Amino acid sequence: MAAPTIATRGMKATRDAYGEALVEVARDHPQVVALTGDLRDSNRLEAFAAAFPDRFIECGIAEQNMIGVAAGLAACGRIPFVSSFAVFSPGRCYDQIRVLVAQPRLNVKLVSTHGGITVGEDGMSAQAIEELAMMRALANMTVIVPADATETRQVIRAIAGFPGPVYVRLGRAAAPLILDEAYRFVLGAARVLREGTDVALIACGIMVAEALAAAETLAAEGIEARVLNCATIKPLDEAAIVAAARETGAIVTAEEHTVLGGLGGAVCETVAAHHPVPVERVGIQDCFGESGTPRALMEKYGLTSSAIAAAARRAVSRKAG
Amino acid sequence: MQGPVDVRALEARAREFRKTILQVITRAGSGHPGGSLSAIDIITALYFHHLRHDPKNPTWPDRDRFVLSKGHACPAWYVVLAACGYFDPQHLWTLREINSILQGHPDMTRTPGVEVSTGSLGMGFSAAIGMALAGKQDGRGYRVYAMLGDGESQEGSIWEGALFAAHYGLDNLTAIVDRNGLQQTGPTEERLRLDPLADKWRAFNWDVCEIDGHDMAAIVGALERARTVVGRPQVIIARTVKGKGVSFIEGVVGFHGKALTKGELARALAELDGAAPKG
Repeated sequence: MAAPTIATRGMKATRDAYGEALVEVARDHPQVVALTGDLRDSNRLEAFAAAFPDRFIECGIAEQNMIGVAAGLAACGRIPFVSSFAVFSPGRCYDQIRVLVAQPRLNVKLVSTHGGITVGEDGMSAQAIEELAMMRALANMTVIVPADATETRQVIRAIAGFPGPVYVRLGRAAAPLILDEAYRFVLGAARVLREGTDVALIACGIMVAEALAAAETLAAEGIEARVLNCATIKPLDEAAIVAAARETGAIVTAEEHTVLGGLGGAVCETVAAHHPVPVERVGIQDCFGESGTPRALMEKYGLTSSAIAAAARRAVSRKAG
Repeated sequence: MQGPVDVRALEARAREFRKTILQVITRAGSGHPGGSLSAIDIITALYFHHLRHDPKNPTWPDRDRFVLSKGHACPAWYVVLAACGYFDPQHLWTLREINSILQGHPDMTRTPGVEVSTGSLGMGFSAAIGMALAGKQDGRGYRVYAMLGDGESQEGSIWEGALFAAHYGLDNLTAIVDRNGLQQTGPTEERLRLDPLADKWRAFNWDVCEIDGHDMAAIVGALERARTVVGRPQVIIARTVKGKGVSFIEGVVGFHGKALTKGELARALAELDGAAPKG
């Protein structure tokens, strides 16, 4: 059976939206500067570099120093947007982020592209599938995974005006545009994209589109799924999570990330503390990725609407009474 | 500050600072006396002669910045900051205590005058580079000084920063390497060889100057000279002695991260008092 489809407005990579949005944001915020480690093309910063050559800082392939330079710039009033691949930042510079950025709450925006397994053919070493857990573990850090390019544009604008350290994970591949122009990102808020009372599908990033598709499948079976776009993983919208637990009695989380310590982990912590209900976690099951097309990897590693629908059926069957 | 240098007065200050450093570390019960004593002459010269700074206005945008990248030597820095008036010297006796403004390693959120948090090696240097870059971009005349440990120079990020600062021609940046030759468990040259250290910095396209890091006139002269260099960052490699000023600490690996006992402290203070010029 073919996977169900949802209405989309075309395809666009979140990193493309980042590059466009940062140019717009920089016009309004003269303190914004952009740093990259020899990835101006991949990070989509070439337009920024052309528009603001004096505010574009090439750091070379030296991520540890790049974070330190950003911290020093922030200490002098700049708003540095620091970009790399998500495996390298935070992976190559975690201690710098911890000591120089997070603890002193310096106003550094860490925006990494090529997050998740859909990096694809470059394989395991290029696929960041743990960094949300790493960043969520840092006190003072805000962690955001936009669902699509429309949301990414709003996220970049929002964080430029938000004082303090932020990590944003973006993707490499073109992804469905699922949010309309009326959608409003609010930092720290999970947004209900579809109402339902039988189960709640709580997703971030590209898995929001899969969750919406899964909800279509489930509706055909008589299961009404609520879909939440939980773009802000930290601080988590605990009120929305607890309301979903209370009102649906079963939860599925879905993320392009290990199920340990990311969105699934965060939701489990909140639900266990405030309103325990069955939770099924869709994500990468404590293993590493490999080369392949993004779609083939999503199929093999269980990051699909059908995997979410199956998890929802399990969650519903586990409901008490 | 600046103006005519009174070398004797700087030496007298540094001698008193050595005593206070050892006292506050013993009071705390832990800390790093060896690297504090190797660094104190340089930090004294910076704050009491060279830096443009205003302790009453620690966020003055045009101030010179000092970053202690070898953050474990912070007792030396704290003693100097207190003497300058950045905070009440009474705080020195709370070093490393719960709720103290003086943490075991420098914390910019707690201590007036601390520009950037350090303690994890190799990081403060990069932050200092960012500050120097911001100063260049803003057209502000301030200078940035970063003190590195020689052991710290084994961190790869130091050399990332060295590449970056030279690439951008940050001539408002001066690094000072406290070349005391020892790291936590032994001589630097036995743990991971650094020499020829000056040649490495030259190869990275820095202006290099080597001095005796306990010769106050030489320290002041090297800092003045660095200020005149155009187009390149400067490094002052200061040959120092770990634990300088106290015979039984000098060059002893075991005093890298250990407080003196009360008995050892009494002997050390007597030695330092005995070293003061008579009359």
